[in-house]
Amino acid sequence: MSWSIDHLPAVLSLIGRHVYLAGLPLLLGLLIAVPLGWLARRYRVLYPLLIAGTGLLYTIPSLALFILMPIFIGTRILDPVNVVVAMTIYTVALLVRTVADGLGAVPDSVNQAATAMGFGRVRRLFMVELPLAVPVISAGLRVAAVSNVSIVSVAAIIGVPQLGSLFTDGFRRNFMEPILVGVIACVLLALVFDLAIIAGTRLITPWQRTRRAA
Amino acid sequence: MHRMKIYLAVAASAALLAGCGSGDPLATDAAGGDEKGTITVGSADFPESALIAEIYAGALEAKGVEVKKNLNIGSREAYVPALQDGSIDLIPEYTGALLHYFDEDATATDSESVYKALTAAAPKDLSVLTMSSAEDKDVVAVTKATADKYSLKSIGDLADVADELTLGGPPEWKTRRQGVKGLADVYGVEFGTFRALDAGGPLTVQALKNGQVDAADLFTTDPSIQENGFVMLEDPESLFPAENVVPLIAEAKADDKVSQALDAVSAELDTETLATLVAQVIVDKKDAEDVATAFLSEQGLA
Amino acid sequence: MNLVLTWLTDPAHWAGEDGVPHRILEHLTYSAVALVIAAIIAIPLGLYVGHTGRGKFLVVNVAGAARAIPSLGLLFIMVLLLGPRLSGDAAFVVPCLVVLAVLAVPPILAGAYAGVEEVDASARDAAKGMGMRGLQVLLEVELPCALPLIFSGLRSATLQVVATATIAATVGLGGLGRLLIDGLAVRDFGQMAAGAVLVAALALAVDLIFALVQRYAVSAGLTGRRTASRRSRPKASADSTLITIS
Repeated sequence: MSWSIDHLPAVLSLIGRHVYLAGLPLLLGLLIAVPLGWLARRYRVLYPLLIAGTGLLYTIPSLALFILMPIFIGTRILDPVNVVVAMTIYTVALLVRTVADGLGAVPDSVNQAATAMGFGRVRRLFMVELPLAVPVISAGLRVAAVSNVSIVSVAAIIGVPQLGSLFTDGFRRNFMEPILVGVIACVLLALVFDLAIIAGTRLITPWQRTRRAA
Repeated sequence: MHRMKIYLAVAASAALLAGCGSGDPLATDAAGGDEKGTITVGSADFPESALIAEIYAGALEAKGVEVKKNLNIGSREAYVPALQDGSIDLIPEYTGALLHYFDEDATATDSESVYKALTAAAPKDLSVLTMSSAEDKDVVAVTKATADKYSLKSIGDLADVADELTLGGPPEWKTRRQGVKGLADVYGVEFGTFRALDAGGPLTVQALKNGQVDAADLFTTDPSIQENGFVMLEDPESLFPAENVVPLIAEAKADDKVSQALDAVSAELDTETLATLVAQVIVDKKDAEDVATAFLSEQGLA
Repeated sequence: MNLVLTWLTDPAHWAGEDGVPHRILEHLTYSAVALVIAAIIAIPLGLYVGHTGRGKFLVVNVAGAARAIPSLGLLFIMVLLLGPRLSGDAAFVVPCLVVLAVLAVPPILAGAYAGVEEVDASARDAAKGMGMRGLQVLLEVELPCALPLIFSGLRSATLQVVATATIAATVGLGGLGRLLIDGLAVRDFGQMAAGAVLVAALALAVDLIFALVQRYAVSAGLTGRRTASRRSRPKASADSTLITIS
């Protein structure tokens, strides 16, 4: 226990880095997945291609992706951007299918009603389809958040500090406490991300609450 | 109302994104190498390297040099390119291993000739400062029981029995001359199997202790050798080159003030001291930074 | 890309202990054993919870938390904890299998649980009306109806396990992770990239096999014939159902 108390500031700073490295890709991944998911829905030919293609990205081992990233995008080897881009790829891999399915779950009648009210395609997407797909997309986002928090820890092996650094440090010294602290902090952080996404979803889908209350 | 909230949420996430972009909390560290006058100290991902890096950092700070730290980067394959692209400026190194990184066919084995060959082999943008007498080199270790059973003192004693034994070492030992090949060529020792573990880390120690491997590549300052009563086999043919601790620095950053501060550290660091300091980090679980600070003030370096 | 092709087309990389086929076999073995262990734990538990509704809160939350455990940290804990207590290869193999099984349990559990829970109430009532008892209802009606979701849980778990089984190499075992770790150790980026490509290809191949098995195992009455719905509905649910129920 004494280690944890002495190292609280250091652990907090690692948590901060972890939040950044796992959280930013979540937002970037969502921004990329929405148009891709829409494309997959809009053009049926693209659906299997986009879904299988992005899904396959998720199976690339993270260690390989982190190490090879500088070769692909020409960044410097210790640049946290490598990790952010790699994590964004994983996020997109998880979200494209969710976005496509979320948009697909919008009832045809609703879309027809919107069109009848004079909504153009773009306006309909942003004002009708996306808001209605939010619950499904948010479910996918929660999966991605938990997954990101876990995968980012591998970046300790390439020298980008975050909670995973506690794993390598503890292991190297046969010292259990830092590893345990790191694992617990990761689980708690995943929980916080999860609750934040739930709260955000409730905020932007008030009609869901009304329905539940009624 | 609803629409308002959606806009708010979008605006909030956009603001968050923008915030992340400009006030990037990590970029400062990684880009630190670019700032004039600031030295970014790196280290490999094992305790001794991080400890020496802390010592370098403390010694430089004491001389008024601005220092940033980016420790536990990983293997040589990661941090030497990081030195060359300016992500870091300085890292503690070992002469023999570094020489073989720059020149695979190097043949030098004793401290002086390894150091000489290293200064010649190092790329122009990197500079090797004065080495210390502190050494931490590869050693083939066995358990006391194994040593007694086969009466082993030197690596060569393994020649007749090795084919029924397993050797453990870092993955690169499979192909390197300072590994499986050299053991066969120099000593005629051919192990039945080779198991890729880590570079003298906890995995190797555990595997040797528990009998998953019979002989293993460890490092001479490793406190677990004494802790577990492992026997270090002699290397009379000098298969493993000298491994003196030496600062490797970006040429552009090696001004007189920096070089003098680091030379002073190298002068005070010997093998025994290094082993004691490493034991404080690994066995007593002290922080490398605290151990470094104590050492520096003891030696009057900070 | 050229590096990958050069590496993959070198016949020397396809033979013997270090050869690709042997590494794939090792990789599949770790993955399969971990998945079988996870399935033995998660499917009965999920069926039980889905059927009785008991312990739902506990199971769902524990599974949710298990998902968040970083594999690398858990692996190190297991190696430090179990390594000294096990002899022979088990000291390396068991920690790996624990990590992979922990990874696989949540999606399989979620699939089994949600599958049973989402069975049409009228189907359940009809079974009871026909005189079936609890276990009979579970095995003869609920289980077959839950198969699509159970499969999607299994497939999701398989993808993750196959992709993560590379960690075996970090603790001295074999599998395709060796290509990544050994490649890193000697700066052979072609070997690393080839390893990554092979892992992805293997995951894809295994998923295709599962898709085929699913096609034959799941009753045609459930799959429906509308291609669009079959393509999107059941597969999307493995991950999203876990979330909607947690």
